[in-house]
Amino acid sequence: MTRKSPEKIFIKGNEAIARGAIAAGCKCFFGYPITPQNDIPEYMSQALVEAGGEFVQAESEVASANMLLGAGACGIRAMTSSSSPGISLMQEAISYMAGSEIPAVIVNMNRGGPGLGDIGPSQGDYFQSTRGGGHGDYRTLVLAPASCQEAYDLIIKAFDLAFKYRNPVLILGDAILGNMKEAVSPWKPAPVDPAEAADWRLEGAKGRGPRLHKSLYLHEGELAGQNKRLQEKYLAMQAETDFELYRTEDADLVVCAYGSIARIAKSAVRKLRKEGLKVGLFRPVNLYPFPSGPLAELAGQGKRFLTIEHNLGQMVEDVRLSVRGLADSEQFSVYPGNLPLPDDFEEPIKKALAGK
Amino acid sequence: MSRYTDVIIAGFGGQGVLLIGNLLAYAGMSQGLNVTYIPVYGVEMRGGTANCTVVLSEDEIGSPIIHRPEGLIVMNRPSLDKFQPRLKDHGVQIVNSSLIDQELAEKDRVRSVLVPANEIADRIGNTRMANMVALGAYVKATGFLPLEAVITSLEKVISPHYKKLIPKNAEAIRAGAECVK
Repeated sequence: MTRKSPEKIFIKGNEAIARGAIAAGCKCFFGYPITPQNDIPEYMSQALVEAGGEFVQAESEVASANMLLGAGACGIRAMTSSSSPGISLMQEAISYMAGSEIPAVIVNMNRGGPGLGDIGPSQGDYFQSTRGGGHGDYRTLVLAPASCQEAYDLIIKAFDLAFKYRNPVLILGDAILGNMKEAVSPWKPAPVDPAEAADWRLEGAKGRGPRLHKSLYLHEGELAGQNKRLQEKYLAMQAETDFELYRTEDADLVVCAYGSIARIAKSAVRKLRKEGLKVGLFRPVNLYPFPSGPLAELAGQGKRFLTIEHNLGQMVEDVRLSVRGLADSEQFSVYPGNLPLPDDFEEPIKKALAGK
Repeated sequence: MSRYTDVIIAGFGGQGVLLIGNLLAYAGMSQGLNVTYIPVYGVEMRGGTANCTVVLSEDEIGSPIIHRPEGLIVMNRPSLDKFQPRLKDHGVQIVNSSLIDQELAEKDRVRSVLVPANEIADRIGNTRMANMVALGAYVKATGFLPLEAVITSLEKVISPHYKKLIPKNAEAIRAGAECVK
């Protein structure tokens, strides 16, 4: 299905996401401007319309997320993109989408927080992304690209997963990924199956009974039944793990990091390898479900762990859960507001390796 | 040792530092290298500082953000003040001596190439091509990429509407290269 075109294009991560979404058959984009993701709506406002889709600049993030719910209920491949404060505003609708099993793709180019924070990169939204984010007991699939090519590839995957599980899927990037340019090989997946939502989408009830999508269940036992179904779905989602290992085979210390921070950590790991230090890198591509199994396997081999994040320590909780009973993880934070630099990672890696 | 270099290109908004960053990246791509480009804008829209970091590598690129670069192109004084102390020992910097007092450029720790980029660009026809002059000097001084790769990549960064300006820009790149002994 992957038909890569020979011509590589040199584009920002934001544009890679927009192009990938159109290739994936996205037909509707709803959004409200916010830095550092504005290149996505800018590109979509022209290219999506040219591709036969609809672009709406909504009056707010609340509105765009609810428009997304409406499009998803009609079985349309649709998306929104925003950055941290805007994503917070969307949480109510995301909870409703999860509750009523509406597929949707939501892109968050994480910026500094809390509050309005700044417009620089951050990973402060890890908890919000992987723990549901809105009210109620639900999960969203979360994919975290680390390069512009991966941003293109994963947005295509995100649409497939959203419809496979009838669930919101998040793409979690940051201001580095959004603004950085790299060479990307664009490719077109197989055309979307026109019947992918045929048995549940809202399209008028001519010749059949009505369909209802809702998240309100008041009759006795009804909500419990829905939650049981959702739980089964979240268990089925656990098969969707994706991760990268770099020089972990003989490593004594495994650095755990995701997204942009993972590639910066990789620079540090590569440099320390040249100095003869036995360090490696574990990069989850999917943050939910978290690839716990492979991490536990590394822990079983007696390796130590250091989690490096551009926040005060969030993913480290998933790393610790993954290796519990076998190992623990040290933690190193880059504070949102500071730019992460590979030089800054070397000292904490050396210290963790030495067990100090 | 696989081939690798990185460079920070800095100046004030309007000097075209982001444009030559893109051009250098395209030239690297044309040579089959991995490239990353990341811009940093000042908070100001105009008159503020702008800089970008370009990484060129045979191997997969880790960090696109570089704190201590191997190369530097500084187009104005605030950029020299900010980035010169960060330039790696034995690194190469192109200093726009049209706008920067040449006494300020370090001589021993790093290799400073003084290029009167604005004067040369004026002579060719337009002071706005000072960025191209500086890039030509950088490419020659580092020898990392062939000059022709940069010149043939001009069409990637200059829109078809301004295509007629490509030969003049190529001239500016060559003139910059000729400044380097």
